[in-house]
Amino acid sequence: METIKRVLITEPAKEVIDTLRKRFGSELMFHQSGGCCDGSSPMCFEKGDFKVGSQDVWLGEVYGCDFFMSADQFEYWKHTQLTLDVTPGRGSSFSIEIPMGIRFMIRSKLFTTEELKILSPVVTGEEKLSER
Amino acid sequence: MESFTLSQASPVESPKIKEKYDHFIGGKFVAPSSGEYFENISPIDGKVFSKAARGNKADIEKALDAAHKAFPSWSKTSAAERSKLLNKIADVIEANLEMLARVETIDNGKALRETRAADLPLVIDHFRYFAGVIRADESTISEHDENTVSIALHEPLGVVAQIIPWNFPLLMATWKIAPALAAGCCTVVKPAEQTPTSIMILMELIGDILPPGVLNVVTGFGVEAGKPLASSPRVAKVSFTGETTTGRLIMQYASENLVPVTMELGGKSPNIFMKSVADADDDFFDKAVEGAVMFALNQGEVCTCPSRILVHEDIYDKFMDRVIARTKAIKMGHPLAEDTMMGAQASKDQYEKILSYMDIGKQEGATVLTGGAEASLNNGLEEGYYIQPTIFKGHNKMRIFQEEIFGPVVCVTTFKTTEEAIEIANDTMYGLGAGLWSRDAHELYQVPRAIQAGRVWVNCYHAYPAHAPFGGYKKSGFGRENHLMMLSHYRQTKNMLISYSKEKLGFF
Repeated sequence: METIKRVLITEPAKEVIDTLRKRFGSELMFHQSGGCCDGSSPMCFEKGDFKVGSQDVWLGEVYGCDFFMSADQFEYWKHTQLTLDVTPGRGSSFSIEIPMGIRFMIRSKLFTTEELKILSPVVTGEEKLSER
Repeated sequence: MESFTLSQASPVESPKIKEKYDHFIGGKFVAPSSGEYFENISPIDGKVFSKAARGNKADIEKALDAAHKAFPSWSKTSAAERSKLLNKIADVIEANLEMLARVETIDNGKALRETRAADLPLVIDHFRYFAGVIRADESTISEHDENTVSIALHEPLGVVAQIIPWNFPLLMATWKIAPALAAGCCTVVKPAEQTPTSIMILMELIGDILPPGVLNVVTGFGVEAGKPLASSPRVAKVSFTGETTTGRLIMQYASENLVPVTMELGGKSPNIFMKSVADADDDFFDKAVEGAVMFALNQGEVCTCPSRILVHEDIYDKFMDRVIARTKAIKMGHPLAEDTMMGAQASKDQYEKILSYMDIGKQEGATVLTGGAEASLNNGLEEGYYIQPTIFKGHNKMRIFQEEIFGPVVCVTTFKTTEEAIEIANDTMYGLGAGLWSRDAHELYQVPRAIQAGRVWVNCYHAYPAHAPFGGYKKSGFGRENHLMMLSHYRQTKNMLISYSKEKLGFF
């Protein structure tokens, strides 16, 4: 059965990921932040640089990158479909695209009742890591 | 009807700002080792107004070298001398308040009336506060028996790393720098990417007051300068204000180095208005209305932004009518105009993020009571990052009630009982700030005690005196800022356990 993805991506965001992969020579990952300042923005790291664990949720893969969020934050977000996008802007934080003068960002939409029934399954960060 | 009012005054003149600024390392301005600078865009008009040094690991190492060189003597400098220097810094800032306030407005986008009346006066007072407390600070001593004495003496931690946010660039830098220097630490400071200029103009004024290397400032991007600083085995502590993912990353680095961290990671602060607030239409009622509109202070870019209004259902109409009217009276315009009450959001990506939350709020069925969109200003401000002060009505499970939007957006919901108010207030991942407004003496004590937050303002909001400890519960972080207890965050305890007995134990 086809499932509905929890995280989608725009074409401009894909291009940025391609550029970053080339520049860093490695695969990438995302962790959705919360809180102050640059919070509520997705953070992009080289794969494995940010340690996820049992209190993180893996929402799926987006353009080949694992996308995680802390479990308590996911409780408040899980009824919405996220789209990874990019905007010009000077963000702070350790997200690796920032020196390019751009910032990954999230756009959200509510899942429909039908979609909620067939959402792609999630696992914890710990479970995701042990799959390898 | 417009959801805001336009300011009428013309902007005051901009101070002279250089084309570019270097790092401040070892008492001198030092060009970045890469030779590169990055553009600093003013949120006022979206235009580049200066450039900042693009720091990297080599620059961070240079700053750490300077700080380590300075520490042996700075850590032994007398409290009287350190106090004198902190007071001198305060005096110089005071003498240059107007210039620094204008620079801060250009760098961050906030209204001049705020940098003049809040940011800079608080900066000055924080330096004076820590200059004062170390003169009265004492260690402890206890006599365990007639021959055994324990002395618990404070010693500075060493060289510390301090990562500064962009919402109050100079004030947040001061919250970290003043207690660290007072405690006898040397510091390497990394300002935020969005606001790297005002602190360098400050360093031009105060740089030669301190011995070289005591205070170093390296600008740059998080991944290039922040990461080598936060992960360096040469720092004794990392102090961070920002968001949760970077907070965790810094703790991850700190776990590798086994060094302490303090974290201030934001909040989703409830502002509770009990039924008695509307018992009379008097000065107090008016103060409470202002307290609700405090969400617009600093364009909502405050970790403790009172972004959730919880109001008793019986007074909802009377209270919110007044709050909406007061919100619509907020004057927007050029941040350097003296009558502007709310300026620009600090960066383009923040602006986009805030608008994305307006979108999700509407999708989730929240009602826009006022605002709800960008503010299109003209006269050269077309490319600036302006957003209308916005009030949503909805319920606490909506994402706009749960996530820090960091913009001039407040979400209102109602409650029937005190228990329900407390339940809604605590139904959040965060616990930094909260407000409680009431005329009932019992509620004034009991409700704040039941709220899981580090700072509960009671019949006031958004006051940040140096003399009151500030920090978070829950996912808002740990550790405190301000207050003399801050000194303990930058010191460790040397215990000297002394025996005055000449008799051996007889064990060996």
